Amino acid sequence: MDFLNALIVFSNFVFIPALAYGSQLALGALGVTFIYGILRFSNFAHGDTMAFGAMITVLATWWLQSIGVTLGPVPTALLALPFGIIVCSFFILATDRAVYRFYRNQKAKPVILVIVSMGIMFIMNGLVRFIIGPNDQRFADGERFIISVREFKQLTGLREGLAFKTTQGITIITAILVVIILFWFLNKTRTGKSMRAYSDNEDLALLSGINPEKVVTVTWLIVAALATVAGTLYGLDKSFKPFVYFQLLLPIFASAIVGGLGNPIGAIAGGFIVAFSEVTITYAWKKVLKYSLPESLEPSGLMQLLSTDYKFAVSFVILIVVLLFRPTGLFKGKAF
Amino acid sequence: MENLKISLLFSLVAFLILITGFVQSWNTALLILNMGLISAIMSLGVNLQWGFAGLFNVGIMGFVALGGLAAVLVSAPPVYEAWSVGGARIIIALFFGVLAVITAGIWIKKIVDKRFKFWGAMIIALAGFFVYRAIFDVGVVAVEAVNPASTGYLGGLGLPVLMAWPIGGLLAAGAAWIIGKTALGLRSDYLAIATLGIAEIIIAIIKNEDWLARGVKNVIGLPRPAPYEIDLQQNEKFVSTANSIGIDPVTASTLYVKLIYAGLFSIVLIVVFILAQRALHSPWGRMMRAIRDNEVAAEAMGKNVTGRHLQIFILGSAVCGIAGAMMTTLDSQLTPGTYQPLRYTFLIWVMVIVGGSGNNLGAVLGGFIIWFLWVQVEPIGQFLMIILTSGLADDSTLKTHLMDSVAHMRLLTMGLLLLLVLRFSPRGLVPEK
Repeated sequence: MDFLNALIVFSNFVFIPALAYGSQLALGALGVTFIYGILRFSNFAHGDTMAFGAMITVLATWWLQSIGVTLGPVPTALLALPFGIIVCSFFILATDRAVYRFYRNQKAKPVILVIVSMGIMFIMNGLVRFIIGPNDQRFADGERFIISVREFKQLTGLREGLAFKTTQGITIITAILVVIILFWFLNKTRTGKSMRAYSDNEDLALLSGINPEKVVTVTWLIVAALATVAGTLYGLDKSFKPFVYFQLLLPIFASAIVGGLGNPIGAIAGGFIVAFSEVTITYAWKKVLKYSLPESLEPSGLMQLLSTDYKFAVSFVILIVVLLFRPTGLFKGKAF
Repeated sequence: MENLKISLLFSLVAFLILITGFVQSWNTALLILNMGLISAIMSLGVNLQWGFAGLFNVGIMGFVALGGLAAVLVSAPPVYEAWSVGGARIIIALFFGVLAVITAGIWIKKIVDKRFKFWGAMIIALAGFFVYRAIFDVGVVAVEAVNPASTGYLGGLGLPVLMAWPIGGLLAAGAAWIIGKTALGLRSDYLAIATLGIAEIIIAIIKNEDWLARGVKNVIGLPRPAPYEIDLQQNEKFVSTANSIGIDPVTASTLYVKLIYAGLFSIVLIVVFILAQRALHSPWGRMMRAIRDNEVAAEAMGKNVTGRHLQIFILGSAVCGIAGAMMTTLDSQLTPGTYQPLRYTFLIWVMVIVGGSGNNLGAVLGGFIIWFLWVQVEPIGQFLMIILTSGLADDSTLKTHLMDSVAHMRLLTMGLLLLLVLRFSPRGLVPEK
């Protein structure tokens, strides 16, 4: 029995990756939940918005690298992030003016807006593939590890090593910063408060003189920023591939629904719930159990509940369980 | 007036296909026709759900893939060796799995205490899962070890492939029942997200469960309802007939086979269309539209809204399953890697919306037109791009990049088309009466 080594293996393969993935999902789910709370529809284009924002960031990163600007040990992509956010915001606002506003003024049913978002999804997906192509793109640079397996072993003298990738560290720190800024904005500023008021009760908000167009514009800006940050962090951590972002739609929606659609705190909690379930269920626990159980009980198999190919099934099962037992989500969103 | 417009639009489709035949080749034209027929059936299925009942299903890909799976399970020759080494184990394991799910379901129904209910069901499901895996894994390893290069799966029933069509519908209906039971009756978005999920999972299962249908190793050479081209080319009577009409026997054989498929598909399309048309104009169809237009009023009149929704959701998904089985029959192979949501879910949506949701003729028309565009946008885009970039030097990076990216024009075009139709003609080309 060796609990320390078990703990290291656990952190290395489960805790840290899940924490990073959970941060990415939480940022994605926040975007979905914002649109849901303010514009009142499920945005199917969100995955592709993430891909679009990330693509601009990738292009800006390449440009910065080509003129010799880097951030040293930190990925250059962070410097390129503002470019991504600005371009993505402009694009998203343009789609709002050209497409969504018409249906908003018509007071179209939410499901029509969902179909419209499907059209936007097609266009963004096509654009991303058109500009950068459907293949994997690498744009991470700088130091790869904050602490690598070898360094960790030398430092502690333990048998198992712990790797902490720079991208994971950056993901977690960025996510925390973004969430702090977001909640400060929502709770302390006038615009943020009017957004919450609008989300809670549209009629009452209009009555008290809140400008709905301004609320919607700010919402799209926030969503564009969140999507770009989430997309770039995911791309840095794994790799940038347009199609993957579309597939992220399911875990992102699952996160938003688990927490309660329209509820920002719920979206963050949901992101981590989905990420941790996904990683724990698809991880082969053999090594952890080997260290934490007495030798006689050592498992023979991989002790993996589901193969990693079924990670979508995990978000789906969580989704179904929530729909069956608590359709409003853990933090009371809007279910009907 | 309305009838004239419809016949004009359908003649346009026929004209476009004929043009393809004259300009490109008749094989291409018939290929477009065959896939157009299948697309029209899928589009009818989605129209049942969306046009009749306002249900938003974005899991069409999954139901289509289940139909394809049915084609393999019904028509592929059985692998007796695999059955003898692990078939029984797998069946028993699946039985245990189902048993666990049913027990958990009954537990949820019978137990009232909320916390007890949730954790009890979780424990039953988890225990069932471990038992299932314990029995299942051994069987799977044994089955997949049987001649992995060519089989390594249980095989099918060895029945005529045409029987797979209704069975594909049944499989899809079963999956639809499970999804409908959980997600209907809640917000409309929830059904959308649940269907999006089930489609991904169905594809993941077909890709990864090699014992079922060889996964990404693909099952090829499924039996066909039509004769093989090679046999036709060696058939003296066929060759002499072809020569007497003045067509090269090789071309004639490929055309002949495609025509047989076209005939079979047309029969299915006509049957499904007539049934859908009858349903639309029956009291049942009127009830559906009443529910769609005002759920609260329909409920007040004593209609079971969730029950009706479940019914039509299952029916529509079954139609998609049939179409999926037909498509796999046409390809005579199941290639799970090619199932992409943009192609198999969202494209069908474009068909329904452009054609005219709520109108069966519109759905069929949309199926043909959009499929034609989907195939032909690429050559047209290539042509346009050559003209647009004619001013650039042949070796300029911009030009090569643009030429390489032409293939992605399709998605852009489809998205644009969907948005334009939704904006300026939201009822589609052939509006609901």
